[in-house]
Formats: sequence, structure tokens, C-alpha cells
Amino acid sequence: MKPLSQERAPIYEALEEFKKMRVVPFDVPGHKRGRGNPELTRLLGEACVAMDVNSMKPLDNLCHPISVIREAEELAAQAFGAAHAFLMVGGTTSAVQSMILAVAKRGDEIILPRNVHRSVMGAMVLCGAIPVYVNPECDDRLGIPLGMSAAAVKKAIEEHPRAKAILVNNPTYYGICSDIRSIVRLAHEKGMLCLADEAHGTHFYFGEGLPVSAMAAGADMAAVSMHKSGGSLTQSSLLLTGPAVSAGYVRQIINLTQTTSGSYLLLSSLDISRRNLALRGREAFARVVELANYAREEINAIGGYYAYSRELINGDSIYDFDVTKLSVNTLDVGLAGIEVYDLLRDEYDIQIEFGDLGNILAYLSIGDRPREIERLVSALSEVRRRFGRDKSGLMKQEYIDPEVAVSPQDAFYSEKESLPIRETAGRVCSEFVMCYPPGIPILAPGERITKEILDYIEYAKKKGCSMTGPEDPEILRLNVLKDRL
Amino acid sequence: MDYWFSEFQTPHVKFSIRIDRQLFCGQSEFQRIDVFDSPEFGRFLALDGYMMLTEKDEFIYHEMITHVPMAVHPRVKDVLVIGAGDGGVIRELTRYPDVDHIDMVEIDPLVVEVCKKYLPKTACRLDDPRLSIHYEDGLRFIRSCEDCYDLIIVDSTDPFGPGEGLFTREFYGNCYKALREDGIMVNQHESPFYSEDAIACQRAHKRIVESFPISKVYQAHIPTYPSGHWLFGFASKKYHPLRDLDEVRWNMRGLDCNYYTTTLHKGAFYIPAYVEELLKDVEQEY
Repeated sequence: MKPLSQERAPIYEALEEFKKMRVVPFDVPGHKRGRGNPELTRLLGEACVAMDVNSMKPLDNLCHPISVIREAEELAAQAFGAAHAFLMVGGTTSAVQSMILAVAKRGDEIILPRNVHRSVMGAMVLCGAIPVYVNPECDDRLGIPLGMSAAAVKKAIEEHPRAKAILVNNPTYYGICSDIRSIVRLAHEKGMLCLADEAHGTHFYFGEGLPVSAMAAGADMAAVSMHKSGGSLTQSSLLLTGPAVSAGYVRQIINLTQTTSGSYLLLSSLDISRRNLALRGREAFARVVELANYAREEINAIGGYYAYSRELINGDSIYDFDVTKLSVNTLDVGLAGIEVYDLLRDEYDIQIEFGDLGNILAYLSIGDRPREIERLVSALSEVRRRFGRDKSGLMKQEYIDPEVAVSPQDAFYSEKESLPIRETAGRVCSEFVMCYPPGIPILAPGERITKEILDYIEYAKKKGCSMTGPEDPEILRLNVLKDRL
Repeated sequence: MDYWFSEFQTPHVKFSIRIDRQLFCGQSEFQRIDVFDSPEFGRFLALDGYMMLTEKDEFIYHEMITHVPMAVHPRVKDVLVIGAGDGGVIRELTRYPDVDHIDMVEIDPLVVEVCKKYLPKTACRLDDPRLSIHYEDGLRFIRSCEDCYDLIIVDSTDPFGPGEGLFTREFYGNCYKALREDGIMVNQHESPFYSEDAIACQRAHKRIVESFPISKVYQAHIPTYPSGHWLFGFASKKYHPLRDLDEVRWNMRGLDCNYYTTTLHKGAFYIPAYVEELLKDVEQEY
């Protein structure tokens, strides 16, 4: 057997071996290498459906890995500089939730910025943890939430000395990084763990000149979306842990909610992507950075748009910036980000990652080529020429300090009533309201509803943001706690 | 020896030409480039395995993409040519002494180098003093141009591969912006015949219709292109391709052509019923 090195891809190799054995399947999945579902086979290809197999001795078992999956996890841990790596098939949502469930139980406090992904709040609904929000400062011109300043984290730690952990976005969707090294130090001094949501930071582990990765900064756990900048299949992800965390316990936590039929398409895609990043990630991300820098220069030359970068860095709430993120402020063109997002798709057949009130984000990755960048830049130039207008009447996103009236879990499971949205001001919300993407809640269960929040929701709806979360899909009504608190 | 060049014109249709010998084979940053000698069509150029031009029938394409707009617009001074690395369009344009300046934007320098060396019959005017060659993406070049050309000729490859950006709404919109108030844009418009080409043709037409007030299509018969029936787009801010055709003025120039005549000009805009239908489908929304 070849020694274990980053050139290897143990799960992929085992699948190749398995194919050669021509094993007769009397197990699941029932499509039996695609024969039972010819239409699906035509769509996905024979090679693909033949790899959609079940856990078995030669292919190991995701719930209790002892052979090839374990080797793949060891290689991933080595590549990412972690003590242990878990291959995840339920998206980074499941990795984030496993992090929270592993560190907090009912009544425990977690310090975190308010601009976290919905999966964090979802985990708190499940386990009953209580959020302690650190106000992420807001950039006035851009209207985007920033990182947590170290001083604000320190203050939160002093006020909540029994908190179990601090969660950091590394980076935010827009590419903003907090000073994660200092936050790790502050946390560890008080015996707290530091968790990182690295859904948008896979490349930090491989690229050069990029912000520090959570594991390199000494964080205890990190949820890493391999399927975003890493190139693996949608829904595949990694959960990384540091030396202070018991890998066996984390495995038990993961197994509470993760499927027992882990997809080998997802697992092999993680394995192959890890190999690719370990061997070629440095050059690949250098190209992405070059493309992003070029795109920013060209977009800023159009006029009106502001494609921002490292010049934002202020040593604190913008401690670092991820230059692979192509975030562009659109307000001076007279259009909300969401309007530009819709125009690019409807008029120019260009799908970008998201648009909010004042910004758009185009996701660049290892699959991009200069010719597509030219299309994006040209389309933005045309959007300005054809649709640009006066900027008056545009609303910026502003940080609304949330009042957490009850814990997310209590709010979610309490007696509630449904009210027309405009009659809910002053009441405590029992459900999530968010724009998707980016999927950061505007309201989370347990938070008090204010007039400003309702104005914001109404404006976002009017501009065409896709709103999700509430039981009423039209978001004309909201569920609130029956008790007036 | 049985030595053939074959191109899949559709997944189920193959077009073959007997080869005498291969003169060049190379891979540029953008595409594979081949040059062959053939007994029937003479020398020909293929990009990524697709026939681009042959010595025998290139005159049809180059005359039709150039002289049609030149016979309509009364004063063409500044011309932008996108693609056209083989030099055929430039050869035709430089026959007009009153053209002041031509910008040619070709993404692939190797195509120009290879054509200069192996296809001197088309690449014969690339040293004209009125010509500036820019090696860059056409979409990028045109972004910063505003109100500065009388004529834009889009001599693109197919709408897949490096030429894809030249079939987009953003490109046509930028062309509109780059043209003067009476400017004309002419483009290589694919074939309406085989179903996949027809879709590309229809999409391109839709995007041009959305970008220009006047948008017509004309045809030519080009034996080595898929189906032999080929279209060109005539998009314009002011001039109508038939009502503003000045036959006397053009004929007084005394240019000698092998395909184009002002009589054929008029006939070329009368297209088959099924093509009219195909195009009308996407015009109705506007």
C-alpha cells in the first residue's frame, strides 16, 4: 500500500477499486448502479450513478470511520493544519450546528456577532443556548456589517464570564475579517473556546497573502465550506477541530443529526478537492486573487460602483479583508444591490451570489476565467448606462441592535399567535426572518420586533429581496409570543 | 492516401474535405490553430477543429460583411473590427480610400501571425497605415469607447469558446454606446438551419433587437459553413439597409467584387419564410 500523503485520495481510490470488483448489489441504493432509473442515468451519466453506493466494508462508514474515510479525514486534518477533520455531507449548516451543539447546552451563553448565518441560530434553538451579541460595527458608506472589535469582545467576556464560547465569522460574506488571533487569546484566557464559521474561508488555508485561517490562529473548531471556494460538490463540507477538543465527543454530536447514508459522491468530492487544494491550491488561489484585483480595477473605472478591498482595513473591526471576494457597492449608481442582482440575471444571463440593499457579491473561485470577468464588468457598465439614476430614496442597511427578550429555544417552542406584520411592533418574535442569500437573520426567535425592523423588512421586500423564514410564505403575518413580555 | 479533414457540423452531420498536407498546427492561449492545403478549397484555416475560412469561398463572407454597410452609410470614417485575425475584412475595408482609421481588436496574436504567414491572400493588408491592431478581448476594448465609430464589424467565431462574449447583450449594448448617432453594426450571425445553430442565431437576434432601433438580417451562401446558408446581422441607429442604400454612389466607386453587387444587396434581405418566423418570434416582445 502506498504511504498516506497528500497525493493520495483514499475514498476516491477505494471507489475505483470497488468498481473493478463488479460486485453484485443486493443492498441500497435501489437504483442499482442506475439500471433501475435510466432517466436519471441519462441525466447524470453512468460514471456518476455507479459511484452512488452505500457504506460497506471496502468503503468504510461515515458514522464510525476506521479505514478509507478515516484516512481521508487524516489527510484533510493535515492539509488544513487541524488536530482532526470530519467530512460532512449535510452542508456547512450541519458543521456549524455540530460546533454549537458540541460546546453548549441549555442555558449556556455563547458570545457572537449578530451577523451570523441562520444555522448558528438554528443550533441555539435546538440546544437552548443563549446568544450574547457583540455589535458588529457598520460601515456608514457601504452599509455592511463589519467584524467584531477586540475591545467589544473583551467587554462581552467581562460581562458574561461564564460564556462557553465565542463564535467568529472568518470572514463575513463580504470578506471582512475580525482579529481572530486576539479573539482566540481573549477566549482562552477565560477558559472559553473559540469557534469559527469559515463558510467563506476555505481558501485561507491554501492561498498566499490571504487572511489567517482559524486553525492557524489557534481556534478550537472551524466549519469550512469546501463546496464554496474549495471546489467540492454542493452540500459537502468540513468540520475542523483543534487539540483542545475531544474528537470522539464531536463525532457523537455529529451522529445525532447527520445521515447514516453519507453520499459517496459528496465524500469523494471532498477527498479529491482536498488533494487538489493541497497540491495546487497556492497557484490556483493566486490566479483567483489576480482575477479579483483586475475585476475591481475595471469596475471602479466604470464610475459609480465601488468595488472595495484592503483599503478598508482599520486594524480593528476590519482587521483584514479577503481579496478574493468581489463585493461591489452600487448606491452611487442609484440602484439597490438587489436591483443590480436582478438586472444581471434578467438582462444579461449573469447569476451572481447575492445582492443586498447597497451591495452585490460576485463569487470568484478556482473555476473562473478572464472571459467571464469581462462579461461581468461589461454588463455592470451597461447596467449603469441603461438603468443608472439618482441615488435619492435608496436605503442603506443599518445595524439594528437586537433586544434578546427570551432564548431562541424558548421563543421557538412557546405559545404563539400570528399577527399582521404591521401589528407586531413591540412583541417578541418566535420565528426567523431573513433575506436569502445571504441568510443572515433580520429577526431571530426571541428578539423584540421594532418599527425600524419592520420598515427594513418592507423596504427589502419592495426592492425584490427573496425573504424566507416565517411560517407565512408571503410574510404578511409574523408569529409572535402570546405573552406580552 | 486517404487524408481528410472532418468537422462535425452537428453531432450527426459530418463535413469532410480531402487534404493534401497540413502546414501548421499550434495551440495558443485561447485555441488550437490548424492550416491545411486541400485540392478543392485551397488553403484553409481551422480553429479548435472548426473550419474558419478557405481560400475558395472566403470572398463571399468578407465581401458581404463589409460592403453591405459601406453601401448604406454615407460617410464611414472610423471603423472598429472585432475578431478578423485572418485579415479578410481589413482587405475589403482598405479598398475604401475615404476610411480614415480602422481599429482591429483580435484576442489571439497567434492567429494573426499564422494567417500572415500561411494565408497571404486574406492577410495582405494588415500593414495598412490606417490600421491599428489591438490584441485584447473585444468586450474589454469596447467598454471604454463612446460615440467614436461609424461602423463596427463583428467578425466573431462561434458563440461557444473564446468568441462567446461577442454574442451577449452586454457586448451589443457596448457597441451601441461606441457608435456615433448614425452608426451601424454588422455581425456574423450564424446559420438558421441546424437546430442548435438556429437557437444561437435566434438568441443573438433577440439581444440585438433589444439594443438597436433598426435590426435586420441578411443572408449569403457559403459552401464550407454548416448548411451553407449563412446570416449576417445589420443593426443600426439611423440608416435602413434598403431605404438608405445608395446604389449609384457605391457603384461609382468602381470596386470590383466577386459576390457583392448592389442588386444582390437588395435580394440578400429577402430571407426564407422559416427564418423570418424564427426571428419574428423574438421580435414581438419589442
